[in-house]
Amino acid sequence: MITVSIYRFNPETDEHPHMQDFEFDTVGKDLMVLDVLEKLKVEDPSLVFRRSCREGVCGSDGMNISGKNGLACITPLSEAVRNNKIIIRPLPGLPVIRDLVIDMQQFYAQYEKIEPYMVNDSPAPQIERLQSQEERAKLDGLYECILCACCSTACPSFWWNPEKFIGPSGLLQAYRFLADSRDTSAEERLSKLNDPFSVFRCHGIMNCVQVCPKGLNPTRAIGHIRNMLIRGAT
Amino acid sequence: MRTLSFDAVIVGGGGSGMRAALQLSQSGYNAAVITKVFPTRSHTVSAQGGITCAIASDDPDDQWQWHMYDTVKGSDFIGDQEAIEYMCSTGPEAVFELEHMGLPFSRTESGRIYQRPFGGQSKDFGKGGQAARTCAAADRTGHALLHTLYQGNLKNKTVFLNEWFAVDLVKNDDSAVVGVIAIDIESGEVVFVKSKATVFATGGAGRIYASTTNAHICTGDGIGMALRAGFPVQDIEMWQFHPTGIAGAGTLVTEGCRGEGGYLINKHGERFMERYAPNAKDLAGRDVVARSMVMEILEGRGCGEAGDHVFLKLDHLGKDILNAKLPGILELSRTFAHADPVVEPIPVVPTCHYMMGGIPTNVNGQALTAAGDGSDKIIEGFYACGEAACVSVHGANRLGGNSLLDLIVFGRASGLFIENALRDGVELREPTKENIESAVAGLNELNSSVGQEQASTLRAELQTIMQNFFGVFRRGDLMRDGIVALQSLKQRIDNVALDDKSMVFNTARIEALELRNLYAVAEATAISAEARTESRGAHARDDFQERDDTNWLCHSMFYPDEKRVGKRNVNFSLKSRKPFEPAVRTY
Repeated sequence: MITVSIYRFNPETDEHPHMQDFEFDTVGKDLMVLDVLEKLKVEDPSLVFRRSCREGVCGSDGMNISGKNGLACITPLSEAVRNNKIIIRPLPGLPVIRDLVIDMQQFYAQYEKIEPYMVNDSPAPQIERLQSQEERAKLDGLYECILCACCSTACPSFWWNPEKFIGPSGLLQAYRFLADSRDTSAEERLSKLNDPFSVFRCHGIMNCVQVCPKGLNPTRAIGHIRNMLIRGAT
Repeated sequence: MRTLSFDAVIVGGGGSGMRAALQLSQSGYNAAVITKVFPTRSHTVSAQGGITCAIASDDPDDQWQWHMYDTVKGSDFIGDQEAIEYMCSTGPEAVFELEHMGLPFSRTESGRIYQRPFGGQSKDFGKGGQAARTCAAADRTGHALLHTLYQGNLKNKTVFLNEWFAVDLVKNDDSAVVGVIAIDIESGEVVFVKSKATVFATGGAGRIYASTTNAHICTGDGIGMALRAGFPVQDIEMWQFHPTGIAGAGTLVTEGCRGEGGYLINKHGERFMERYAPNAKDLAGRDVVARSMVMEILEGRGCGEAGDHVFLKLDHLGKDILNAKLPGILELSRTFAHADPVVEPIPVVPTCHYMMGGIPTNVNGQALTAAGDGSDKIIEGFYACGEAACVSVHGANRLGGNSLLDLIVFGRASGLFIENALRDGVELREPTKENIESAVAGLNELNSSVGQEQASTLRAELQTIMQNFFGVFRRGDLMRDGIVALQSLKQRIDNVALDDKSMVFNTARIEALELRNLYAVAEATAISAEARTESRGAHARDDFQERDDTNWLCHSMFYPDEKRVGKRNVNFSLKSRKPFEPAVRTY
């Protein structure tokens, strides 16, 4: 038996959020945290969380699990239960809509701000644009982002300035387009990032790297953008 | 009730829905996507191996006609040849468009798009050996495609109604579709979303089975809505069981693993597909491989303590190839099978994967029903594309890599057709108050429910019935038992409880609505499967083991009002050559 302590808040009935403890029998299995939530929802259908693919690629079920942001569907209990207890809270730093569901509008707004689409003004060829394997390899570790927000909501700089600091996820995507040999708008992209907040609020704390469920490294990408900005300025 | 009006409304934010929306917003139309999850959470994201298309990168002499032949053969000859011809011939253009939009395809040494071999692929109309025709972005092609399409829609300012759930269709007095009733999940508000063109891109319904590769969200919402509106569905008995779902977890392991040289073994370590498909071996059609695996298990050669799965062997490919070509599979296997493919095989079992059937459409995405004389009749204002539609390019068995191509080719085709219709000034009669009220009736009933039955319990029972009676192998008497079991479940579903009547992000309400859709799909599947008295493609019957071209070289059509199964002719008209005649299907 373990105790599953879950953050509960229903804006229609609760004045304040509270933690609710459920006793849960794992029957000796190392279940994923999402499996546990699904089973608890059978008992209490009013428990609310997001989920879709249940295999770590859709990014729906980012949450704070025993103090660390991660995806419930690929976090086994063995990684999250301490002293027979697991504590599940919504991702920190963004408004809570209900229970484990946060309002991700600010997160998505930062993503949109970096213009996350390819720009290439030359006429498209009849076939694909060619790209060498070496050029393509530069996108590895960038394009795999699933927009789960685990990184940005683990970042103190994003907590302080969610309207002005793009945050690790958005910057990883900014660099994904800066690094793409097919994109021709690097200068415009950089000039839009060149202010005291968008990039330079990153202080290299690296919480983003520590929590990314896909093993990506936003801090490194931010470093590359910084270098490009500094080189461009001199 | 508030009304929102658009030129076109697309229900579903996966690959086909976003491709259709992109087409319309690019052309300056006011298109909105209603999606129950944020678009990049749609199930397209889970597609791994790639998108099959004759772009002539791996083989400069490749021809789309060969791809067309493979697809017709793969469909066991009930795929519509006109639609298959359209998909295979326009495919390259549609794939190059995605690349121009930024899709990060893997590359060959010459800088072209990387293509890998997949099951059922051949050169020269089956005579030239294995082809490599599946365009890939490592083993994350669906993710790359879905994100690229979302980005394209952001660029073109498509309206997204994210985390809205479509409940039912609104029909006017002419029986034309004029929009949907939808719930804004965050606020709970119910809205009439009115449109001159309503496109269902709602995906599949793999969640009718207990064991599925499909996401939790694949609950057949579009099929349920269409059936409740009285529209028929086609070939809905045809469900693909993917050979390699991870045993126990159900998560997908791409066919690309076998394309890259992996193979299946039984408990003796024997590469058993050599016996069942001497030429194509592990790259035979998915229906053939899935059945062979079940035979191995039933005959006592399964692996593991219970002998209930077989192994997929990859370690001989070496760490470097696995890291480069199949990095996502390494992650998934380590997480869900606790097996590291670099050193040990992955336990796999056939798992429900894809719905070949769906809403019948023509190549323009226009949804069809039958006129009084049995001929096709277009349903005004109503369109479908992607897995929810049955156009039909997959017939009785889909080839790997053809689903992503279906999504973008027919999402695009629907968009192009609607664009022209809008330009021509299409107008539909205003719905009356009664029209709208009748579309909200089901929701109102649920909201005032005093039922006792828990949705989650009913859902689990439904999934068990489908798994036990309508799986890889089927038998008439058992299917009739399954139909009876479903009927008694229906009464309990009508008595479902909704104890939590709150407005804000009430997922209990959404799950109860999804259950109605799951049931509608399950019932249509069960009745159609029992009716088709033959074995063809994914539909394998112990009591009718042969393909019966005399009686069943046709589509099944399930009509919901009478719960009757009818037949519809398969299209055999090709523009580019004479049609492919049915032949014995061997690999």
